[in-house]
Amino acid sequence: MPTKVEKDAVTGTETTGHEWDGIKELNTPLPTWWVYVLYASIAWSIGLFIVYPSFPGITGYFSGVVGYSAREELADKMRVAENIKAPFLDRIRATSLDEIRATPDLLGYAVAGGRVAFAENCAGCHQAGGAGAKGYPSLADDDWLWGGKLSDIEKTIRTGIRGTHPDTRTSLMPRFGTDGILDRRQIDDVAEFVLSLTTRPADPAAVERGRAVFVENCASCHGERGTGLREFGAPSLADKVWVFGGDKPSIVRSIAEGRGGVMPAWNDRLDPAVIKMLTLYVHTLGGGE
Amino acid sequence: MTATTMNRVRSEVREDYLEDVVRASMALTMFWGIAAFTVGVYIAFQLAFPALNLGLEWTTFGRLRPLHTSAAIFAFGGTALIGSSFHVVQRTCRAQLFGGEPVAWFILLGYQFFIVVAATGYLLGITQGREYAEPEWYADLWLTLVWVVYLVAFVGTLVKRQEPHIYVANWFYLSFILTIAMLHVVNNLAMPVSFVGTKSYSAFAGVQDALTQWWYGHNAVGFFLTAGFLGMMYYFIPKAANRPVYSYRLSIVHFWSLIFLYIWAGPHHLHYTALPEWAQMLGMAFSVMLWMPSWGGMINGLMTLSGAWDKLRTDPGLRFSVTAVAFYGMSTFEGPVMSIRPVNALSHYTDWTIGHVHSGALGWVAFIVFGMMYHLVPVLWGRKDLYSKTLAEVHFWISTIGIVLYITAMWVSGIMQGLMWRAYDELGFLQYSFVETVQAMHPFYLIRAMGGVLFLIGGLVMAYNLWRTARGDVARTAAA
Repeated sequence: MPTKVEKDAVTGTETTGHEWDGIKELNTPLPTWWVYVLYASIAWSIGLFIVYPSFPGITGYFSGVVGYSAREELADKMRVAENIKAPFLDRIRATSLDEIRATPDLLGYAVAGGRVAFAENCAGCHQAGGAGAKGYPSLADDDWLWGGKLSDIEKTIRTGIRGTHPDTRTSLMPRFGTDGILDRRQIDDVAEFVLSLTTRPADPAAVERGRAVFVENCASCHGERGTGLREFGAPSLADKVWVFGGDKPSIVRSIAEGRGGVMPAWNDRLDPAVIKMLTLYVHTLGGGE
Repeated sequence: MTATTMNRVRSEVREDYLEDVVRASMALTMFWGIAAFTVGVYIAFQLAFPALNLGLEWTTFGRLRPLHTSAAIFAFGGTALIGSSFHVVQRTCRAQLFGGEPVAWFILLGYQFFIVVAATGYLLGITQGREYAEPEWYADLWLTLVWVVYLVAFVGTLVKRQEPHIYVANWFYLSFILTIAMLHVVNNLAMPVSFVGTKSYSAFAGVQDALTQWWYGHNAVGFFLTAGFLGMMYYFIPKAANRPVYSYRLSIVHFWSLIFLYIWAGPHHLHYTALPEWAQMLGMAFSVMLWMPSWGGMINGLMTLSGAWDKLRTDPGLRFSVTAVAFYGMSTFEGPVMSIRPVNALSHYTDWTIGHVHSGALGWVAFIVFGMMYHLVPVLWGRKDLYSKTLAEVHFWISTIGIVLYITAMWVSGIMQGLMWRAYDELGFLQYSFVETVQAMHPFYLIRAMGGVLFLIGGLVMAYNLWRTARGDVARTAAA
């Protein structure tokens, strides 16, 4: 089919003479800047190929004139970081917790490192800053289940709670309802008694009945006045800090089904220096003893 | 041949064009678009509020995400490409689609069947675990069959064309069909565990597997989302603007440079991995060289409007197409920048990538499709104009604001995330834990989800408008 070259009235450029379904094309030359930038990007690439590793060979590859390697770059950076940390970490390993606490520069370093280690390893359960959540004790108050001295905290981190470490801290809150030790009425009464330790009793008669049940079943771990016993990690019931909730349904459930949070042992997962830093960090959160 | 006889020949030929199948593809494109936007909005809210996973395996993010990406790219984008390519190749070749009605319907419906099989598989947890190539072997085999028929129909139409030359839109459509066939077959080479089971194992292993996957993944972007939709642009922008294409030479040079360079750029998805360093460098260099070839399409699209810029005020479809080209220009600049290794060290694995993908997917792909449909639906149903230009304008603004919210939120969130990951304090400790970066991103996840909601609302407005247009309704305006 014959084609007809026309002059476009708007641009003054000629068409190519092709037409498809009414669409024509102008014969505009390539934009100069476009060509130059394309050439520049090609030139830049050729430069890159010369400087850096670029082309494969049969047994190896052309490694570039500067001999760059990302692996070596990473190894160098890691070495620099390790070298900055090493003197401090060595001192922390060699120094007792109490001595670190008495040495301002070491303590500052340990708390900074502990904060990072805590955020990476502990905050998933104990929340940011050790604020705690239901089932996961707050570490930012002075209400300690297993003790708040440096050595207590260090042992808890190292061996865990109800974990697999041979020295793990452990205890068992019985399932008073599930195992039929107490009937529903007794559980309700003892829950009323526990509530009465911190709030005005709603049902004095039930509290009195509950007191008797408590003395017989609970006091051996939680203490006669319900103030708790760290030897068994038994929480105080006479304050307003609750691990598993302080409303009556939660207390009834704790008594009926038992409770027992698990914390893994970190001795195999973290460097001893990191465990020490964590200990000092947790100790500073607010309740260290 | 005189002008009158030629016109008669043209109009005789025109009655032959297959249009029912193109009409059906328009309706299906709209349906899949709404589906893809809806799932996208839902999973955007899941990221902000994980409880929306509902604790059910079928509605977890991990299964809905491929549902969203496949619905957007393959169902929405693919159906639009198939339908528009049928229209364009017939008109610009002045020939009926090769194979006629049965072949055309087989391609369109066979492709829909593939989508349904793939999508239901995702929800049931059946996946190859290859990004954008999740469907298992049986779905892949079926798609291969459909795709080969598509290729034959398209090439057959080009062969029997009544025009002396092949129009540039058809070069792009053909490169899309041909390259996708190659990518799909190679990346999905796998051995089924059994012929009655869904599971298969890839023919590749280790870093070769990763490189094959990203050779596929990157060129799916290059040849599906770029070349295919450039084909769409090269027909519908000059058509709607009623202006000649700006530069024939530019279309030749940028076409060949684009398809030559694109195929090598995949390794930039594997920076700082086990992939040999020389391959990473090559991938980066080819990505940078790709900048101008990509922009050639933008120049041709925008400059075609010279002498017709006033039409942007009156033609909402053309406004979508031109805005699409602007987004295309932006994301094809952003892409090469992100492929540069030190930039990639910051951007990779962050939300920046998600923002980049969506400035392409929402801004370029979806907008060029919207522009095509606002033009084509009145043509196909023989209507003078859209049901309501006002509604189309509402759609334009609501979607544009949605995109801007989406991509700016992801830029901020992604760069912040990347900087927080690498922040060290003076003692040599990481400054932030992972969960702190997640908390910091939450507000941006909300902004992103709101952007998605706007885009979805725009899509619903469009569907309503096009449905009324197809029915032949005309909205009463205040002026009338």
